[in-house]
Amino acid sequence: MVWETVIGLEVHVQLDTKSKLFSGSSTTFGAEPNTQAGIYDLAMPGTLPVFNEAVLRMAVKFGLAIDAEIGRRSVFDRKNYFYPDLPKGYQVTQLAFPTVGKGSLQITLEDGSEKVIGITRAHIEEDAGKSLHEDFQGLTGIDLNRAGTALLEIVSEPELRNAKEAVAYLKKLHAIILYLGISDGNMAQGSMRCDANVSVRQLGAKEFGTRTEIKNINSFRFVERAINHEVQRQIEIIEDGGRIIQETRLYDADKDETRSMRSKEVANDYRYFPEPDLLPVVIDEAYIESVRAELPELPNAKRARFVSQYGLSDYDAGVLASSREMANFYEEVVKICGDAKLSANWVTVDLQGLLNKSDLDISQSPVSAARLGALIGRIKDQTISSKIAKTVFEAMLGNEQSVDEIIESQGLKQVTDSGAIEKLVDEVIAANPEQVAQYRAGKEKVFAFFIGQAMKVSKGKANPDQLNALLLQKLKG
Amino acid sequence: MALEKSDVEKIAHLARLHIDATEAQEVANRISSILDLINQMQSVETRNVAPLAHPFDAVQRLRPDVVTEKNEREYLQKIAPSVQNGLYLVPKVIE
Repeated sequence: MVWETVIGLEVHVQLDTKSKLFSGSSTTFGAEPNTQAGIYDLAMPGTLPVFNEAVLRMAVKFGLAIDAEIGRRSVFDRKNYFYPDLPKGYQVTQLAFPTVGKGSLQITLEDGSEKVIGITRAHIEEDAGKSLHEDFQGLTGIDLNRAGTALLEIVSEPELRNAKEAVAYLKKLHAIILYLGISDGNMAQGSMRCDANVSVRQLGAKEFGTRTEIKNINSFRFVERAINHEVQRQIEIIEDGGRIIQETRLYDADKDETRSMRSKEVANDYRYFPEPDLLPVVIDEAYIESVRAELPELPNAKRARFVSQYGLSDYDAGVLASSREMANFYEEVVKICGDAKLSANWVTVDLQGLLNKSDLDISQSPVSAARLGALIGRIKDQTISSKIAKTVFEAMLGNEQSVDEIIESQGLKQVTDSGAIEKLVDEVIAANPEQVAQYRAGKEKVFAFFIGQAMKVSKGKANPDQLNALLLQKLKG
Repeated sequence: MALEKSDVEKIAHLARLHIDATEAQEVANRISSILDLINQMQSVETRNVAPLAHPFDAVQRLRPDVVTEKNEREYLQKIAPSVQNGLYLVPKVIE
């Protein structure tokens, strides 16, 4: 039997505001427990919410970035449930009239093709506090610093068809959020959290299968693993003649499995109703246009520009535009060295390789854009060869010297003096009469041997083009 | 529309309200009469009326994104039944 996977993602993004959604409490990460939980956050009687303008602006900004309908009139609702990390006994959210309506996101699949994923909605809501279940003599400790922090919940259509598409979607969403600067997107710290709705059906079936919701996925890698695991589990149950139960499952990264958390039937009875403490939020065209004017160039537009302005391949442009920091770094390098293609190679291959190896982000790069630009500039003006440049690059990691100082102090300057290269060529030819004879007898492959020898003698510093021409000339002679 | 006693018990559980067995039937009857009123209102033609989110004909005011609250943990935790290391302690919520 051939199965098709159907995935929809709900992504909670913690918005990067100074104060909370409805109160003036601070949102700094990592503060001492309950030092950022004021009277409204603690649900003291008589306290009232006041809506944070920065949250509205960020939500609208996101909506515009995904070409969504912007709710001209959005309404807050209460979602009622009891849990000690939610002091009010309800979460303020948006049910029927969210700030961001239908939109879409274009993702790039592994084979380079594009797919458009529908976004159902994105609504503003409050985060809950944190429960700490250990070490309190059988009691639970509650930290309400996070309670009331602004979240944007972004809900996709069930249009993702495998775990890899889900990861591509999540990465694109992550990139856009960082481009917009509306969240730090840190998954490990919980600034971006992902729940996946997963079901399977026979290929070609019209109806969706019963879905389960996987919670607690906090890295790109886990999203792929958790979904693959859940798909496998569901297929096995159905093929054994069983039925899938609609439920919430928790992903356990250590055991690489999902397990049942709670049955949804009762828990789902949230008895929503409009939040009487808040009035409808009304925004006009002028407001939307003022937010639109703040939009940065987004990944797709940047990629297209990199192709047309710098003549890059679509692939390289896509890699460079995948994060705002990477794109800025690249453009700075180009500005300094003036060679867009060489810069693209160095940033996507050499620098990225180094960053991957040391598990660093581009913002933590041990080589600044200015230094990398200077290095590429020296390849371009033929002071050093591309090969020697890699030696200089290695040397740059260990010290603060300028590129020119490194080239000078280590004697790495390329030899372009034709007299010196000619002398070198003569030496190599004289030292290898056997190979010369072979070459002249028609065995042209030996040419590479001479290049190798000459490079070895010159310690890689001979200008390759000149060396090539002279060797050819002398060997033919 | 008549509400059953079991509906009342379910809603009471969800809302964490204590309604004992003798009261449940009486509460069911009272809520049922409210639902009857709502049913009566359903017959009003409302197709051209926008849903009312709030009885006041006004829109939400916005607040600038500024931290205005101070750390009042010590003061606020004085009235909590139990605290430890700055945390509020509550009965264990998971087994």
